Amino acid sequence: MTDFTSEASCFEVEGLSLAYDGKPALRDLTLRIPRQRVTAFIGPSGCGKSTLLRVLNRLHDLNEDVSRQGRVVLAGQDIHAPDVDVAELRRRVGMVFQTPNPFPMSIYDNVAFGVRLQGIKRKRVLDEIVEWSLESAALWDEVKDRLHSSAWTLSGGQQQRLVIARTLAVQPEVLLLDEPASALDPISTLKIEELIRSLKSRLTLVLVTHNMQQAARVSDYTAFLQDGELIEYAATDNLFTNPRLRRTENYITGRMS
Amino acid sequence: MRLWSRGSEGGWPWLAAGSVALSLLALLALLVLLGSRGLVHFWPAPVEVVTLDSGERFAGQRMRQERVAGDPQTDVLYRTGNRDLDGNYWRWVDADVIDTRQRPDNMLVLEREHWGEFLGRLVAIRQSDAATPLPLSGDEAWQVLSARLERVEALRDQHRQLSDEVIEPVARRLVALRSAGKADPAQQAALIERWETAHQRLAELDAALSRDTLILESVEGRRLEQPLAGVLAAWQPNAMTWMDKLFHWARGVGAFLSEGPRAGNLEGGVWPAIFGTVMMVLLMSLIVTPFGVLAAIYLNEVAHQGPLIRLVRIAVRNLAGVPSIVYGVFGLGVFVYGIGGQLDSWFFSDSLPSPTFGTGGLLWASLTLALLTLPVVIVATEEGLARIPVQQREGALALGATRYEMLRRVVLPMAVPAMLTGVILAVARAAGEVAPLMLVGVARLAPQLPLDGEFPFLHLDNKFMHLGYHVYNIGFQGGDVERALPLVYATALLLVVVIVVLNLTAISLRHHLRARHRALDR
Repeated sequence: MTDFTSEASCFEVEGLSLAYDGKPALRDLTLRIPRQRVTAFIGPSGCGKSTLLRVLNRLHDLNEDVSRQGRVVLAGQDIHAPDVDVAELRRRVGMVFQTPNPFPMSIYDNVAFGVRLQGIKRKRVLDEIVEWSLESAALWDEVKDRLHSSAWTLSGGQQQRLVIARTLAVQPEVLLLDEPASALDPISTLKIEELIRSLKSRLTLVLVTHNMQQAARVSDYTAFLQDGELIEYAATDNLFTNPRLRRTENYITGRMS
Repeated sequence: MRLWSRGSEGGWPWLAAGSVALSLLALLALLVLLGSRGLVHFWPAPVEVVTLDSGERFAGQRMRQERVAGDPQTDVLYRTGNRDLDGNYWRWVDADVIDTRQRPDNMLVLEREHWGEFLGRLVAIRQSDAATPLPLSGDEAWQVLSARLERVEALRDQHRQLSDEVIEPVARRLVALRSAGKADPAQQAALIERWETAHQRLAELDAALSRDTLILESVEGRRLEQPLAGVLAAWQPNAMTWMDKLFHWARGVGAFLSEGPRAGNLEGGVWPAIFGTVMMVLLMSLIVTPFGVLAAIYLNEVAHQGPLIRLVRIAVRNLAGVPSIVYGVFGLGVFVYGIGGQLDSWFFSDSLPSPTFGTGGLLWASLTLALLTLPVVIVATEEGLARIPVQQREGALALGATRYEMLRRVVLPMAVPAMLTGVILAVARAAGEVAPLMLVGVARLAPQLPLDGEFPFLHLDNKFMHLGYHVYNIGFQGGDVERALPLVYATALLLVVVIVVLNLTAISLRHHLRARHRALDR
């Protein structure tokens, strides 16, 4: 598992640079994200790890004045190619944000939201998908009796799992997680981490986190970014126990200035 | 005691609370003034028979007394009615020259279709089929009058019903048949027969209505013949119990709300004005909401947020400050003369030179007010859209929603309460506007409602009445200020009530919708 080169790749990032308003945010990144593994991006605030994540499903398109060089390839296709359907790309590459963001609708409607966008309207099918998704997100038992009450009545941790269920409902190939547990209490965090590990068998997960222990606990590979550059990228065990570079070691041991 | 000491809260909470209290007090004073002056008008005032030192006698309802500055004497104002007898409706009397004042039980007040009120006694009733009049006095006179008045009212109802439900529809169908050209003679004959029988019946009713004539006598002793058909109501205020008066008052308020105006708007009710106001505001809301919401969506969601959009936004906010009469002038120039004139020359050239849409009307007034309130709706909606967290938008996009789907399914439903806030503000502003309406379609008297059973049901080209303009009109354009003043207060109160009801409707709708996303307001 620690053997990098034998993994099938999901994303291939080649020479990616990104600048907002002329200010560089990512500098010439090249990395492969392996399929059905958990890859963590760590690094100090403003290092570009969230930006990199948002490039992977093209959410950065929403920002104006962005210039980009380089390619991002998903399953053999450049995601920035002109013929790519952005909505379809985002369905394939789901994303979970730092603060839970359920829509102001019922739990059921939240999970069915993305499915309905695909044009699926039949109640039997929707019921099945909703149950399956909530079970996959380990939330079914807690909410099965109140599927039609507002999603806002759930606790923060439950809301975050609901958001994951909502994303899983559209059958994505990749799940991007942008500090998914940073707004949650320790027990909820634990549940999210368990969930991440259990989902690995089905899809590729990319995790951005500030929490080094969390990266160490759940990820298979870890990339360390600083000032928009990829400093070190290795199997998680190697990176944490035996970093090659002094800068990486300083960061993971907390000697970062 | 030191209110303004350092370290304690100081006086500023008192200052803040004081200004709230002052505002509430002003509002309360407004309502109390309008309510007391307006609603007292419908209370049956007692009729006094006044004897002066000179021996002269007259009857009247005591309204108020006034002391002229620098003059030792007090003047009393009496409402004497009987304008057809002496040409006056009011009488000022010097309080010092009043000898006695009595309130005899049998003083009668008649509300009449013409000439206003009559104050006096009933001395006889003449029937057209009887040779001599039937002399009456005392209680008997009142009982006979009540019975006859009831009969007249029943006949009037039949008359109205017949003309509304038979004569008018039949006449309309006859006209339609004739203009269609291929009239079926049998059908036409049947219709004409129905029309003729109905007309015959109507003539019978008219005859029955004009059977009785009242012979009345004023306190001064002058006699007057009054056809009973022209009497709308009769009462003896001095003989009424408290309950009777309350009932009379409620009936008066009811008639004010449900009837059309009479006698130069100084009598009768304001129903067409209530209807016109509500109709215009509803139409205005229907026009302004989609426009305002779409404009706000463009400004906030679609357009590139550059200097041009900032300029547009400033311009929109400034539009809210343009005086309303300017919108009236714009509406007159563009809607009435421009678009209306063009519509007339295209579609209604048969009826030219009398204009159809080329003159003020309900549609143009609603459009003008919609323009006036557009900035309010845009600003409120934009603020609502801007308040929706970016996470909600990104959440929708990350699930594979297009930008349109994100707007349609997540952003707009969440912004609905804000849009309704905009509509509420727009309604509040539009319902109170009078100045622009005077240019684009409000009428002094338009008893025909803009909504009826005749195709196309909603007559957008009709002129309409408006409570605000009604206040202005009866207060400043009528001749008899004393008679108009209570109606001014009553109509103003009604305008306030109508605006409150319209607003409460919109607020309850917003509350209902907000309950669905209650958590947003956490």
